[in-house]
Amino acid sequence: MNFTRVFAIVLRQYYLIRASFSRVLPLFIWVAVDIVLWGFLTRYLTSVTASNFVPIMLGAVLLWDFFIRIMQGVTMAFFEDVWSRNFLNLFSTPILVSEYLAGLVASSMVTSLVGILVMIFLAVTVFGLSFLSYGVVIVPCLLVLFMFGIALGIAACAMVLRLGPAAEWFIWPIPAIISPFVGVLYPITILPHWMQAVSRLLPPSYIFEALRAAVKHQVICWPAILGSIILAVIYILLACRYFVATYRHAVRTGLIARYSAESLS
Amino acid sequence: MAEKVLDVKGLRKVYGTTVAVDGISFSVAPNEVVGLLGPNGAGKTTTINMVLGVLEPTSGTIKVDGDDLALYRSQVLARTNFAAVYAPLPGNLTVYQNLHIFSLLYGVKDISGHIERLLKRFDLGKFRNTKCGVLSSGEQTRVGLAKAMVNEPHLLLLDEPTASLDPSVARDIRVVIHDFTAQGRGGVLWTSHNMHEVEAVCDRVLFLSHGKILLEGNPKTLPQEHGKANLEELFITVAREPLSLEVL
Repeated sequence: MNFTRVFAIVLRQYYLIRASFSRVLPLFIWVAVDIVLWGFLTRYLTSVTASNFVPIMLGAVLLWDFFIRIMQGVTMAFFEDVWSRNFLNLFSTPILVSEYLAGLVASSMVTSLVGILVMIFLAVTVFGLSFLSYGVVIVPCLLVLFMFGIALGIAACAMVLRLGPAAEWFIWPIPAIISPFVGVLYPITILPHWMQAVSRLLPPSYIFEALRAAVKHQVICWPAILGSIILAVIYILLACRYFVATYRHAVRTGLIARYSAESLS
Repeated sequence: MAEKVLDVKGLRKVYGTTVAVDGISFSVAPNEVVGLLGPNGAGKTTTINMVLGVLEPTSGTIKVDGDDLALYRSQVLARTNFAAVYAPLPGNLTVYQNLHIFSLLYGVKDISGHIERLLKRFDLGKFRNTKCGVLSSGEQTRVGLAKAMVNEPHLLLLDEPTASLDPSVARDIRVVIHDFTAQGRGGVLWTSHNMHEVEAVCDRVLFLSHGKILLEGNPKTLPQEHGKANLEELFITVAREPLSLEVL
């Protein structure tokens, strides 16, 4: 792994964001809107039910936004190469696919940090969310959501690489499609059996269950958390494998050199 | 004899039932400019894409400085670079930013000093902080050539590098390419449809037709060897009546 080449991908993203207000604003505006919306809803529910919804509901929304930021951070960095038709220039350099993916992930970490800091600032200062109420379980939860966000981000990039620039619209709804299955705001036991079966395949399901258990019953289910970490690692490996296979297919068929054509038929 | 900069053997690319490149073999020596000529669709860009590692050959080998591209992709590409009108640099980055990023990707040492020299060499100083997307096509071509020189490549691939340049700038670029081969040990594979330019620049030319090398030789003597008045006439014959010429 050549870290200079990884840094080049991150630097490119920094140059683009620094020069573009339309790239800066989305880093935090949607997460800020989300926190404000859910913050007031949480405050209202707390006032009418006498239960504290802040850690369960607002905290869960914050964590889900964290996952979305990570995933979209990876795909946004990738889309910059799609939009500027840069694949031919990029992949004719010595960069390895692993270095390119590492660059996308590192870019995502940096850009996501901005959104996450804004989310935490609003949730803590305006709506009184305390991360201390979660205890130590918050650390593996963030790790799993981070890893799953990376995995889905890489898989999404592979999908766009395979299907062409127009496949971009497939990517944006992915978090919304997944969210009902992972039980961000409710226990997965209320889902129909077939949806629960899907939930068991998704690492965030275990995380949100663990968070609710930690807040409500002060119980940490470590085996489930460990299982979700392993599952997230498997997803990352599968996503990387999918991207590499897609890249090799693109090199074999000539799609890299003629990417804007979307297909070679 | 010095090792060949580029050594291509039995290179073939097949898309389904279409043979784009049909088992061609050629080489580029140090300090040599080789012209890859042929009508549209002859297989020139397919060949260049395979040498750049962005298109996998169906069969055959590509070696740069003796290293097999299939086995040592990253090392080989660190010594190779290219410029083509169909591969402009990202238009939303400035000239300096693009050169900086590609310098990092190619592992260039003393990046600032090197970029300054390239900006001067290609007369791009005044566009240093200009986004590439707002440059004229000729200026973008010069930025692309500066990027192609960023790693001082051993093998430089130029796909119609002067296609969008005015005659004056095109001549300056030819001088830069000539200096590149004269001063270092680099070799150049050059495609162009400007036969006067090819005659002026290339030490050797390869005529490609339907994926095969039809003719090879010195651009100054090759037309006469085949009973043609000049290179352009030979080109037209290759494009229209390739069967009238013997396949190598």
